[in-house]
Amino acid sequence: MPGWLRRHRGIIPYLFLVPGGLWLILFFVVPLITTASVALQEGSLGTGYRLTFNFGIFVEAIQSWDTQLVRSLQFGLIVTLLTMLIGYPMAYTIAFRGGRYKNILLLFVIMPFFTSFIIRTISWKFILADQGFLLGTLKDIGILEPSFRLLATPVAVISGITYNFLPFVVLPLYVALERIDPRLIEAANDLYASRHQAFLRVTLPLSIPGVFAASLLSFIPAVGDYLNAELLGSRNETMIGNVIQRLYLVNNDYPQASALSLILMLGILVSVFAYRRILRGQELTV
Amino acid sequence: MAASARTLTSGSTPDRRRPLGQRIGRAILPVYTGLVVIYLFLPILVMAVFGFNDIEGRFNFTWQGFTLDHWQNLFSRYPALNQSLINSLVVGIISTVVATTFGTLIGLALTRYEFRGRGPLNMLIFLPIATPEIVLGASLLALFVSAGVSRDLTTITLAHIMFNISFVVVTVRARIAGFDRAIEEAAMDLGADEWTTFRKVTFPLIFPGILAAALLAFALSIDDFVITQFTAGQTTTFPLWVYGASRIGVPPQVNVMGTLIFLIALVGIVIWLLLQRRTMSASPTTNEH
Repeated sequence: MPGWLRRHRGIIPYLFLVPGGLWLILFFVVPLITTASVALQEGSLGTGYRLTFNFGIFVEAIQSWDTQLVRSLQFGLIVTLLTMLIGYPMAYTIAFRGGRYKNILLLFVIMPFFTSFIIRTISWKFILADQGFLLGTLKDIGILEPSFRLLATPVAVISGITYNFLPFVVLPLYVALERIDPRLIEAANDLYASRHQAFLRVTLPLSIPGVFAASLLSFIPAVGDYLNAELLGSRNETMIGNVIQRLYLVNNDYPQASALSLILMLGILVSVFAYRRILRGQELTV
Repeated sequence: MAASARTLTSGSTPDRRRPLGQRIGRAILPVYTGLVVIYLFLPILVMAVFGFNDIEGRFNFTWQGFTLDHWQNLFSRYPALNQSLINSLVVGIISTVVATTFGTLIGLALTRYEFRGRGPLNMLIFLPIATPEIVLGASLLALFVSAGVSRDLTTITLAHIMFNISFVVVTVRARIAGFDRAIEEAAMDLGADEWTTFRKVTFPLIFPGILAAALLAFALSIDDFVITQFTAGQTTTFPLWVYGASRIGVPPQVNVMGTLIFLIALVGIVIWLLLQRRTMSASPTTNEH
């Protein structure tokens, strides 16, 4: 260690932080500021942009795309609920009943990540196809009406997103459940709690931090998702992500697109902090 | 499920002595978990099977018969697909190395040193994870367009390094946090200087965490679609190529590549698990979690 560094030891942590911190400022904070300034500009690619502090654009964006905003929020909430309903029992089973199969079960949970997200979504498109092996067979047997379809319906989009983010939910739930001291549950049983009571009064409250992390890991990407709506849905299932993507990459309407992405980000941050409040309150009252 | 009074020993009662209802009750969760595993695997299975479908063009929708053709002409039919795969690997490797280095340094600073500004720093690391990918990608696009930067492999790599740093910090920090400082103090007591202690004691102990972070970063980079689409310009990576192809029909070679990547990752992780088991049984005294 050179002499000057030894004399100024307080500098060391900052040296460690500089490269990564600068990178995040340059490619995360600065782009967000740029986005905000683009949103407040008026003009077009041809005529150039001028900063006019047109705050009305946020109101305008919300009014023009309210259907998609509300739909994204609804889909996000439904997906979060579904991933939780499917994922919690699974995480519980792996944590408390997994035994020597624990590692292999966890491996099964993360294995979908070994295949590209986009290939898996295209696979679902194929599985859910109107005359695919699933619906086609059911229609041939006569269980389903010939006109029945899943593709291009909200069901297809929601189940696609649910599938994509399920592993993100199982892992943090597993970590939270695994940490629970089994003696606490035994103690509840000793005190004549039924299995339901022990679960509701001991296991569930102790797993709340995991529930919090897991629901965010499903809600945030679900609200912003546009691939599932594009590949599995129709024009009636477009989400806010599809709008932002089209405005930026197809229409080149940068101010409107920037305003919408800021609205999406702020909306998510506000709900995350509100949600944390609610869960904290819950923890105290249970 | 029966909510009858239950004794502590019920957990160890052999299954055959239980009443039938209780045995069914105990089977519900494992059966359910098995069904979810099947659900998780279904699209992967479909992908793998249709890589063997005997079709001429790109309309891989109905089963026509078994063939190994697509495995044999995997790299010869679509040169652009090969190029996109190479692009993905290049971006994946560079962004993993850079993000792992930067992220590990931040992780070390956060766990070993006292300094001002931890709050804002934690926020700076948490926010990119809590921001939807589309917002990250779109704001980078806004930056690149305003700055007049043309988008290519470089801008993709810059973006991937950015989103990977936070994930590396979180992974590495979790590893360092559960680590006993007394071991380092012991090394210093025995006359090692700081650098030697770091090289011989600290680094080997946190290395599994760094490796896990690097693997995560590589996986996130290779699979990223959203941020890449916004920062790519005319360049294609593997997910972008597949997306473009999905409009006219995904050729079976994509299924084969997907299957190969899946198998490589699977073999890799199995080897890693076996190695971990061996190191754990070789040093039973260390507190590994």
